[in-house]
Amino acid sequence: MRKLGRVLAFYLTGAVILLVLWELIAQILQLPIVPTPQRVAEKLVRIFWDFIAIHGGYSLWRIAAGLVLAVGVGYPLGLVMGYFRRADRVLAPLVYLTYPVPKIALLPILMLLAGVGELSKILMIFLIIVFQVVIAVRDAIRAIPAELYYPLYSLGASRAQIFRHVIFPATWPKFLTAIRVAMATAVSVLFFTETFGTQYGMGYFIMDAWLRVNYLEMYAGIVVLSIMGLLLFGLIDAIEATTCRWQNRQG
Amino acid sequence: MPEIHVDHISASYRTPHGATPALADVHLTVPRGTVCAVIGPSGCGKSTLLKAIAGLLTPSVGESRDEGHAASLMAGRVTIGGAPVNPRQQSIGYMQQNYGLLPWDTVEQNVRLACRIKGKPVDEAVFHTLCAKLGIENLLDRYPRALSGGQQQRVSLARVFLLRPDILLMDEPFSALDAITREEMQEVFLHLWQESQVTTVLVTHYVEEALYLGQHIVLMSPHPGTIARVIENPLAGDEAARGSRAFQQRSQELRAAIRQMIRRENGADGRMTGPARQNSQAEPAGQDGPDGKGAE
Repeated sequence: MRKLGRVLAFYLTGAVILLVLWELIAQILQLPIVPTPQRVAEKLVRIFWDFIAIHGGYSLWRIAAGLVLAVGVGYPLGLVMGYFRRADRVLAPLVYLTYPVPKIALLPILMLLAGVGELSKILMIFLIIVFQVVIAVRDAIRAIPAELYYPLYSLGASRAQIFRHVIFPATWPKFLTAIRVAMATAVSVLFFTETFGTQYGMGYFIMDAWLRVNYLEMYAGIVVLSIMGLLLFGLIDAIEATTCRWQNRQG
Repeated sequence: MPEIHVDHISASYRTPHGATPALADVHLTVPRGTVCAVIGPSGCGKSTLLKAIAGLLTPSVGESRDEGHAASLMAGRVTIGGAPVNPRQQSIGYMQQNYGLLPWDTVEQNVRLACRIKGKPVDEAVFHTLCAKLGIENLLDRYPRALSGGQQQRVSLARVFLLRPDILLMDEPFSALDAITREEMQEVFLHLWQESQVTTVLVTHYVEEALYLGQHIVLMSPHPGTIARVIENPLAGDEAARGSRAFQQRSQELRAAIRQMIRRENGADGRMTGPARQNSQAEPAGQDGPDGKGAE
């Protein structure tokens, strides 16, 4: 509990510093393109439930769907590649060739194949996250020292028990890190994909406000998107803090 | 309690340069209800022998799965109470070097792990007396990383004794401990062992440990690992004998035998190392030839 308080204080300090900076810049520039945080906040409170919430919901749904899909495909793939050397020999070249391709460059192709609707956006996020997951899980399994398996082998443990007691816990921290890294990219890519072929999503909302020269709304959208990213990060941090306690010496 | 029978086994390591023999035609019987101490210089295949008895070198249990671990059994077989070793059927208490605790499980989960995997119900009263006897009842919520070596050792002992295994295999169980803790843990082990009288193979590089705990002492020689001698040891388990003249004399004899073996070995290699090592160790701590991570 004390730790939670410390984390909140940490976030709060950052937020205060940012707001002060923003306020200063707004006061110095005195331009409509940089409104003061106070005006943006007022606008945000007024329009959040009526206008922004639905866009936020759509964006969250796309991230969630992409994430679930990426974990559902990436984790088993990484597992197989990490555990069975022969599978790795076949799959590794494929993964290594496609990993460095900037996935966002594939968006036009995806939109032609999967349409401009939901599917192409979700697939885009899937593509961003899945590679991180595959490689993190595979490398984490490779890094498990042989001795860690012995207690289970010598007890005649089944494959499922070995997964439950060794492989899953050993890969979990690296898996979470991979999700955290991929999530930052996924949110920015989501923004980009939402400027095409949709009437919903934070990307659409922000760009639409911009085209309508409604800067207050645009800022409100940016703030909401930032808070969404922050919450996703915070969620992963919280999961890590509660499930990876064994990693710090204090226990 | 079944006896352990090691029937002419040979094992080798896969290395980038081909197979290196680790054990050559090792034949050994450990009578039921006794402790057999295996001692010898580094690289003599002590740990490999123990892994073979634990069934870790048989193809079915993963050692030769795709991942490709270090050693594999080439010939011979190990039987426990007449049946070929199979960790799925027998209950084997294997205490590996570095204790084999799972870092993500708490002390309590680690102690219960063996019974859990085996599907054996845990007698809560036994669990608590065991933890109390080993002095870990206040550590149950901690993680292994937060424990000292001696504490991890106790957790590991608690795990195998809670399991009440058919056989007990211990790989240098007390070697990472300081001298005082080591003697204390040897006594704790002896008390626990006397209650269950489980057939035990104990690998050690301490002459005194072998003399104190092993009714039989197996002396192994290296390159490749073979059994040089099996010595009956009437002094085993006798706390009073520990400081006695007979005990000291015995340990001198054993040490001399090991020294001679090392000297012969060095002579054969054509390299000379300094005279025999310091008193209480037959080999430097923490090394055991190509076992473990050697070939990785």
